[in-house]
Amino acid sequence: MQILEIQHLNKSFGKTKALSDINLKIPKGVIFGLLGPNGAGKTTLIRIINQIIDSDSGTILFKNEPLRRNHISQIGYLPEERGLYKKMKVWDQLIYFARLKGMSAPTAKQKVNEWLEKMDVSNWRDKRIDDLSKGMAQKVQFISTVIHEPELLILDEPFSGFDPLNAEIIKDQILGLKQKGISLLLSTHRMESVELLCDEIAMFNKSEKILDGPIEKIKNQFSSNEFEIKIKLSNGSLPSSWELMSEGEIKTFKVSLEKRSTNEFLIEAMKIGQIFQFREIMPTMEQIFIQQVKKHSNG
Amino acid sequence: MDKIWLVIKREYLSRVQKKSFLLATILTPLIFPAIMGIFIWIALDETEGSALKIIEVVDENNMFFIESSEQYAFSFSNTKFEDGKKMVQVGERQGLLYIPKLDLSKPSGIIYYAEKSPSLNLISFLEASLKRRIEEQRLYESGIAPEVIAAYRTKVSIQTINLDSFGEEKISDASVNYGLGFFSGILIYVFIFVYGNQIMHGVIEEKSSRIIEILVSSIKPFQLMLGKIIGIGAVGLTQFLIWIVLISSVTFIVTGYFGMQMPQQQVMEIAGADLDQNFNPDNNFMELIQAIQGINFINLALTFIFYFVGGYLLYGAFFAAIGAAVDAPSEAQQFMLPITIPLLIAYLGLFVFVLNDPNSNVSFWLSIIPLTSPIAMMGRASFGIPTSDLLISMTLLVLGFLFSTWVAGKIYRIGILIHGSKVNYKTLWKWIKTA
Repeated sequence: MQILEIQHLNKSFGKTKALSDINLKIPKGVIFGLLGPNGAGKTTLIRIINQIIDSDSGTILFKNEPLRRNHISQIGYLPEERGLYKKMKVWDQLIYFARLKGMSAPTAKQKVNEWLEKMDVSNWRDKRIDDLSKGMAQKVQFISTVIHEPELLILDEPFSGFDPLNAEIIKDQILGLKQKGISLLLSTHRMESVELLCDEIAMFNKSEKILDGPIEKIKNQFSSNEFEIKIKLSNGSLPSSWELMSEGEIKTFKVSLEKRSTNEFLIEAMKIGQIFQFREIMPTMEQIFIQQVKKHSNG
Repeated sequence: MDKIWLVIKREYLSRVQKKSFLLATILTPLIFPAIMGIFIWIALDETEGSALKIIEVVDENNMFFIESSEQYAFSFSNTKFEDGKKMVQVGERQGLLYIPKLDLSKPSGIIYYAEKSPSLNLISFLEASLKRRIEEQRLYESGIAPEVIAAYRTKVSIQTINLDSFGEEKISDASVNYGLGFFSGILIYVFIFVYGNQIMHGVIEEKSSRIIEILVSSIKPFQLMLGKIIGIGAVGLTQFLIWIVLISSVTFIVTGYFGMQMPQQQVMEIAGADLDQNFNPDNNFMELIQAIQGINFINLALTFIFYFVGGYLLYGAFFAAIGAAVDAPSEAQQFMLPITIPLLIAYLGLFVFVLNDPNSNVSFWLSIIPLTSPIAMMGRASFGIPTSDLLISMTLLVLGFLFSTWVAGKIYRIGILIHGSKVNYKTLWKWIKTA
């Protein structure tokens, strides 16, 4: 089942096209990454899903129903540019955001307490935001996004502004939320940061979706069938197709299997030296992106 | 609706709970009675502390007599003109009134000498006394018997009565109406500016601190804007109500305290009443009371609250739109003109036209057009106006603020999400058209 299905979505600002005929299916319970450089249309798409702005044409289905105003209580949103009321206390602020998302007062209180405990920030509850450090405020911000237990959580550039330690905490929370069955939509222009986190991705460039699917499938699709081997040469002659990548006592080579299985290849390789490492060279998301952009602009 | 209520509550509480609110609310009303108290105290001190002021009269005609009052005594002791002047110089007399030999048909050359310039009250009192005496003398000379003249002596004071469409009559006093219109008009003017600015700064705060994007993912921009305007308006009304209670109780205490020490005559003199000889303080005072009672305070208060709230809502929406269009308060200046100009016109119109002639054409239009009516209508309403005028004006004000909120909502919706780009009137117009 899809948590979100986007069909033929279009949006322009004046003469600038922000989204051109976007189709996208986001399955329930996965971490879905929206990748693309700044200005590709990611934030516009997110704002339309959050019903902050309207699309020009196209439909969005939330759990197979057309997206409506009251769905916002089931969606959580952490914008790229974050903010809190500086003069408001942590507690009041979290209660306010929870209530705005439609929670009842008693549930809101209970949930705020739970999350303050969970994020280890209970003793700040009466502090004003401008008395907190940036990292602390970011944690409060994150709580405000998830406090109403949304089924879909949308995070725009979730790691920007966090130091590595806090980024790790957020990452753990994201994985924890996934375990609970919450669907997550992350957007980022730093493609390497989501490779390990996302199950599926969609790539955007200049208002168009240029690629989407499960991350493993995409990687396989783009795999060059090239491998990297680290080997300490002993005797025997080096096959001419091996491409030397780094020198040393243990040398690294880029090799191609040439229709052999990996086992067949390794048996031959063992004859010329001691193997330390053997792995498939996977293209990075960035390489796939660049390759895909080129393909698109050529035809 | 639920969410608007949440916004209203937050906007209200976050302001009312501030220490600065408490301070401003308590200190401001204390200032007015305190100033009033100081004035009364100084005035009382003067009348009590000073002895009767004696004025020497040198009358070459031997025909004038001026009755002494509680403040002034007039001495007729056939002093020579030069001696009289000396008496003033050495401080023995407050002043010298010199009346030369007069041609009664063309009296001239009367001079008042004093060390300090006399009050206007004293001079007009002297003029009135002399004038009456000269007129009586001339009547007498033309052969009319003194008894007849005395019998025709009449005291005239004009009472003004408002006649409404139901034929009901009310005693009115123009100065009371003027004061009420003046005060309530100014109050609305100040209220719109002070609290309108708070709306604008609130919007800018949410926009520049980027809370706005989180907010509008939970609540419609229009609801957010409306909640903010209503919440801040409620803060203003709260402050206003506290002021009324504080001012009236403190004023009551202050005037009550001084009132007991002061004979009524003196109260009236301090209040600026004239020093007419035949002046009957109780009578005049009763008329003032009646005039105050003649004003339908409940009607006026309801009218005031309507225009107070209506004007605030109308302009509040504009302030919100401006806040949404800019990134910082300093940039807001360029868009303030459309707000400042009509308010200034209403404010000046109140003084120049409305209060002086509440029923002129200009006053009528100022009190009908929604941009100026909240201020101008208060100037008219205090004098009592036709119900039809009031109904037209109120209807237009309601339509006016519905329209302004609608336009502002369009600007607000787009503006709050736009950062760092130069916005001018052309862009605003584009937003209104596209949204």
